[in-house]
Amino acid sequence: MTDYRFIGKSTPRKDARDIVTGKIKFINDVTIPNMLYGKVLRSPFPHALIKNIDTAEAMRIPGVEAVLTHKDVPEWMGGASPLHVRILDNKVRYVGDGVALVAAETEDICEEALRLIRVEYEPLPAVYDVEEALQPEAPRLYDMFPGNLMPPENRIFGPHTLQEVVIGDVDKGLEEADFIIEGYCTYENIPNPMPPEPPGVIAAWEGSDTLTVWSASQGPHMFKVALQKRMGSINLQSIGSPVGASYGSKFMSWQYVLPAAALAKATGRPVKFCYGKAEHLAAFTVRLGSRIYGKVGMKKDGTVTFVSGDWLVNTGAFSETAQAMVAVGCGEAQLMLRCRNWNLKPKVVCTNRTASGQIRGFGGQELKCALTPIITMGMEKAGLDPVDFFKKNYVKPGEDFYWRDGIRWVCRGIDFSAAIDRGAETFGWKEKWKGWLIPTSVKGAKRRGVGVGVHGNADVGEDVSEAFVRLDPNGTATIYSGLAEHGTGQRSSICKMVAEILQLPLERVSVTPTDSRVNPFELGPVGSRGTYAIGSAVIAAAEDAKRQLFERMAQKFNVLPEELETKDGTVYVKGRTETKIPWIKGMGYDSTCMGHGRFEPDFSQPNFMMIFTEVEVDTGTGKVELIRVVGATDVGQVIDPLSLTNQLNGCLGSAGIDSALFEETVFDTRLGRIMNPNMIDYKWRTFSELPEMEHVILETPFPSHRFHAIGVGEITPSPGPSAVLMAVSNAIGVRMNDYPLTPDKVLRALKKIATTKRRGKR
Amino acid sequence: MTSIPKKHPPHTLSLTVNGETHSFILGKGPNEVSPSHTLAQTLREKLGLTGTKISCDRGACGSCTVLLNGKAVFSCMLLTVECEGKEITTIEGLSDPKTGNLDPLQQSFIDHTAFQCGFCTPGIIMSTKALLNTNPSPTVDEVKEALSGNFCRCISHYHVLDAVMDVVKKEGNQ
Ligand code: FES
Ligand code: FES
Repeated sequence: MTDYRFIGKSTPRKDARDIVTGKIKFINDVTIPNMLYGKVLRSPFPHALIKNIDTAEAMRIPGVEAVLTHKDVPEWMGGASPLHVRILDNKVRYVGDGVALVAAETEDICEEALRLIRVEYEPLPAVYDVEEALQPEAPRLYDMFPGNLMPPENRIFGPHTLQEVVIGDVDKGLEEADFIIEGYCTYENIPNPMPPEPPGVIAAWEGSDTLTVWSASQGPHMFKVALQKRMGSINLQSIGSPVGASYGSKFMSWQYVLPAAALAKATGRPVKFCYGKAEHLAAFTVRLGSRIYGKVGMKKDGTVTFVSGDWLVNTGAFSETAQAMVAVGCGEAQLMLRCRNWNLKPKVVCTNRTASGQIRGFGGQELKCALTPIITMGMEKAGLDPVDFFKKNYVKPGEDFYWRDGIRWVCRGIDFSAAIDRGAETFGWKEKWKGWLIPTSVKGAKRRGVGVGVHGNADVGEDVSEAFVRLDPNGTATIYSGLAEHGTGQRSSICKMVAEILQLPLERVSVTPTDSRVNPFELGPVGSRGTYAIGSAVIAAAEDAKRQLFERMAQKFNVLPEELETKDGTVYVKGRTETKIPWIKGMGYDSTCMGHGRFEPDFSQPNFMMIFTEVEVDTGTGKVELIRVVGATDVGQVIDPLSLTNQLNGCLGSAGIDSALFEETVFDTRLGRIMNPNMIDYKWRTFSELPEMEHVILETPFPSHRFHAIGVGEITPSPGPSAVLMAVSNAIGVRMNDYPLTPDKVLRALKKIATTKRRGKR
Repeated sequence: MTSIPKKHPPHTLSLTVNGETHSFILGKGPNEVSPSHTLAQTLREKLGLTGTKISCDRGACGSCTVLLNGKAVFSCMLLTVECEGKEITTIEGLSDPKTGNLDPLQQSFIDHTAFQCGFCTPGIIMSTKALLNTNPSPTVDEVKEALSGNFCRCISHYHVLDAVMDVVKKEGNQ
């Protein structure tokens, strides 16, 4: 293994000092002169027509600068493809939907004005259940979507965007199977990723054609592209701020940016628009609901002969990315299960609850959390150890799959069997696994069980990244990248890559602010693409800059450029370190070397994450305690050990493992309201309840880029929830598949309290 | 004889933050501190001390933790007017004002990358500081207990515990 100067070594994050001293400015820490504040009046009804709105009284309050309703907002459109959601409409579709917008001198004045807006509603019947919404007589949310069914997407990932998995011949798979399993499972507790920082933006216009937005977007440059699609061809400058975490949810969120832009336009002043926590939890975005009626064929040796079923996806009132998530989920199912015959048909359905958004696990977690419990019924029938099953069936080099673009890709990554073996060994799987529905140990009322889950995506190489690297004569390098820092340390990691290539001290490498007018195209750090996709663009730019530098320095040494080497801002002939010339001697003070790098999508190198869990169930109280978690992965080459373990530890939160234990958005289907939009009633893990956590991280080189690394951060929570179901089922000897496994459900499974009817209509 | 209407002197409030005393006029105006303002609001909006973060604004997450006479408090749950005459320390006041030297806790958080997004970090550091003020050599469990009101969604907890215990060890307390 290559010993690098920076790569693989722990180095302090570039923003570390600002973080620990409180200097770092998140979006709500920024104010700009003459700025107003914006707020939304939100609907108390899940579905209603607005008959009348009277804003006169609100307008009279001193300090109120604008009140906008559906009658006077610009015709900018949001929602998924086709764009179908107005900023404000004459119809509201969930409790919390926007009814009016206010801009005023202070947030307090905004609140006061909101109270004085009189609205007359005509309530309409509402629908929340995904299958009820599909019925012909169901209330319809949008005229353009009969049956509340969103049309399959055929643009976002190209003309063949994957919208189902239909491969081979299911009838053949039926014949070949030793066991056929039919099952039903839901992952509909719509957990909230709940980053600490609520979503926020500042919007300001220059004239009528140029808009600047400062936001906590996870992908400020892509955000610009998306907003231009929604607003027409205006000049738009998107400036990112450090992201007070996002976990996907703040990648692109027109629903708070367009209102801010509308208010800024109406008032001619900058407007800051930051959600409060209740709004964040009740009227922003939650996970997609996922429900599967599935059928699986399996042979005794764990060969999967077919997978078929209906995958019902509940978007709530809308989702910007549901169809894209379906595409990725469909691809990820194939990575987990080697199978020749598929007929998995998704349906994307709108209902009258809060919108859904993109969250770490992007479609794959939603799909797998519902699909895996059905697959495990097959493993149980066949008497197979799930670790062996996953090892046999996870995609291997040379095997193919259809990815989100509908194109057949052949895996040219690595075999993860070694990571699986090492993970199992570290966890002590062989000793702890006693068979299906058999506890690992029983001590009085306390029963322990173990479970395992797997996940991976091929998105580590998704989409395009571009970067410039500029060398200045004083021996410094600047990376031009639209990469936002959202907690993974990726802005620091790309500095390490450039410092390694140019052999510069880390302090001499910096990144430009995430300003779309300064930087070239960057999709953003999503889908674990930071290391491979963004890294590749930056590496190429640094190599290009270095090549230009050597071309200029070659004359000084009378050698060919290829014979040169650079270190600490000087250049020398390879092997002849006695004569070193500083960059400035070759470049002069009046020039720079600007290297350009571009990464083109490559879906051929899936990543991998396996999560082993051990739980202890108190059969007296029904409480489930997560005792131990072991994660196993192979990342090719570690870039920064501490940033990596941080991301791996992240498997618990952000609507991950804990969405199987206690996290849920509690939805009242009588009133259509979210009952727990606050951080006391929405449960989260505290410092005093941490499980033991250990990671197995292998470094088998990938054919990715110069450092042979790939990313894994996005996927770390996704294998967890189904692993917890398995562990609890084994602990109590009863199959559990109703997320989250709160004490009442456990006690019901143990027949200690009366059972109630399950959701699901068939 | 007409009496001259008596003008009440304005109500004022003085706060000592990070060693400096500030006086405010109480009122609703843009440059005044409203009696309904929380300490978090005043710190952020009037003193520009935005290192103190607001997440839940309801006493549930600890993002807004500051020291009040050395004890950790949620500044979103205190009215500014309640803090008259008290000593307040925010994250900005933790490093040495003259030398700029970081508190050992801050340095340890840097060394251990004990954060991801960093939004929860000021609150976590302040809660830890309060613990170490009263208990300079806590056990891991005592640290966990002291931080149990601090929300961290990125799950930086494990690195935080390493960072804190490292300080405890280095200071020769354990
Ligand atoms: S913001 Fe004060 S406790 Fe959450
Ligand atoms: S580091 Fe992001 S919430 Fe703690």
